[in-house]
Amino acid sequence: MTVLGFALRRLATLLPLLLLVSFGFFAMLRLGRGDPALDYLRLAQIPPTDAALALARQELGLDRTILLQFASWLGGAVQGDLGISWFTHRPVTEEIAHYLPATLQLAGTAMLVTILVGVPLGIWAAMNRDRWPDHLTRVMTFLGVSVPNFWLGFLLVLLFAVTLGWLPAIGRDGLSSILLPALATAAMSASVMLRLVRASVLGVLGEAHLRFARARGLPARTLLGRHIVLNAMVPPLTAIGLHLGELMGGAMVVETVFGWPGLGRYALQAIGNRDYPVLQGFVVVMTAVFVLCNLLVDLIYAWLDPRIRLERAA
Amino acid sequence: MRRLLVPLATGLVALMLGAAILAPWIAPHDPTLTNLSQRLLPPAAGHWLGTDHLGRDLLSRLLWGARASLAAVTAILLMVLTLGCTVGMMAGLLGGVVDAVLMRICDAFMTVPTLVLALFMIGALGTGLTNVVIAIALSHWAWYARLVRGVTLSLRSQDYVTAAQVAGLSRLAIMRRHLLPALAGPLAVLASLDLGHWMLHVAGLSFLGLGLAPPAAEWGIMINDARPFFRTAPMLVVLPGTAILLTVVGFNLLGDALRDRLDPTMPDHVH
Repeated sequence: MTVLGFALRRLATLLPLLLLVSFGFFAMLRLGRGDPALDYLRLAQIPPTDAALALARQELGLDRTILLQFASWLGGAVQGDLGISWFTHRPVTEEIAHYLPATLQLAGTAMLVTILVGVPLGIWAAMNRDRWPDHLTRVMTFLGVSVPNFWLGFLLVLLFAVTLGWLPAIGRDGLSSILLPALATAAMSASVMLRLVRASVLGVLGEAHLRFARARGLPARTLLGRHIVLNAMVPPLTAIGLHLGELMGGAMVVETVFGWPGLGRYALQAIGNRDYPVLQGFVVVMTAVFVLCNLLVDLIYAWLDPRIRLERAA
Repeated sequence: MRRLLVPLATGLVALMLGAAILAPWIAPHDPTLTNLSQRLLPPAAGHWLGTDHLGRDLLSRLLWGARASLAAVTAILLMVLTLGCTVGMMAGLLGGVVDAVLMRICDAFMTVPTLVLALFMIGALGTGLTNVVIAIALSHWAWYARLVRGVTLSLRSQDYVTAAQVAGLSRLAIMRRHLLPALAGPLAVLASLDLGHWMLHVAGLSFLGLGLAPPAAEWGIMINDARPFFRTAPMLVVLPGTAILLTVVGFNLLGDALRDRLDPTMPDHVH
């Protein structure tokens, strides 16, 4: 099976799922609580008289069945039109396109931190099993998966911005400003990555091909590079897709600590206002980004490792 | 070292549970009582941990905060278990179309990043601690339904279950006598590893101002409340966060110990 065939098969299962999810969101908003027309009038600052309500319902298409409403939303969505915000009266697509890059930049940098911290320390811990590096990283990872990310953000600001004055406390201005929020966002994922890498390296260390390589008298450097690291990296890196969801969610919480101008603030505003088109657009876009990133990770692995292609095709 | 961890974890969780249950009796002050003449006091005899920006006793607020946070996590646990067991058993026992439909619904829920889904749910349902609980439970139940379905399916083909069926035991009796005991172990392992995770979600969403409204004492909202005074009175931010951290550490250590005891094959703490 070719990589292209694999990609098409995956897309064929993902698209219906995405459609189902979008409809689920749509139905939940319409049936969730109260009357959308009331929220619409409130945000437009129009007194909710009977006449105004009836007009709003007609204007928003609320008098049609939910399937028809969804169909008309979907018709716009596939052309990149997610509707108009009830609060700002601007296109949702435009506003999300404005805020999304900052969130993706933060989540992406956090992913980089996750890999750059998790992989080398994980190898280090495994090579020094039951010695102090292993114990040290174990304590670190335990704290890492237990610490609230936003609170870690405050602690980092307290240390690096307020006390030491090395890095800015808030804002989005170059490399120095993204370091602290990325660290706070990445703490949990980096810890999980470290443990996965450690376990995977330990697994490879016990394998027969390594004993054979050692018996052939290969130098330690070759052993570590080609035989241990390359083989041990596949399982932890396939889990990258799982980290992505965590990092995207985490980034939105951490954003508020650092005044990072991302989707988190936009979503919070929409939640406070009950701005239906924005909520719908937000959740669908985030889900689509998440699903596509996962697909990309899968494809890279199918390309790198034929076993995955064959296994999933079977 | 390992031997010390379990008592430590038990102690931490017991401490937090004790604070949560006993808060109304052991808290030295009313957690919402403001006193502007006693703002931002340092720790002293009357206020062991000092006071916040509205003169409220910090220790009392921390104790009451344990109550709100742990009540939320308990409610999430109950909802997730109920929903997961119901859906998972239905899918596993009824099979066929029901199974296929229920599993597609699970897939749909698992397609969305959990915190994004929780934020959206709160948008649809409105803010408040109850809705935060519902939102977190709804974004996590699908994994439990999957697990329950798997166990149910594997049990259906076991000889002793067939024997029970042949012996004339009703479906309900088989579920109670054979299915529930088989589920208890895997569910306990999964749930105990998730408790800390939910705790962090509750704290995060409260911090964003989506949970309890400000006068109430809850750790996440306390941190949010204290933000303007963060540089002058960092303890107002540090202490509630430490409470969250310690509780989650306790949950995670207990979860790991439980997993080692019940299911040593599961991977290391991964979430």
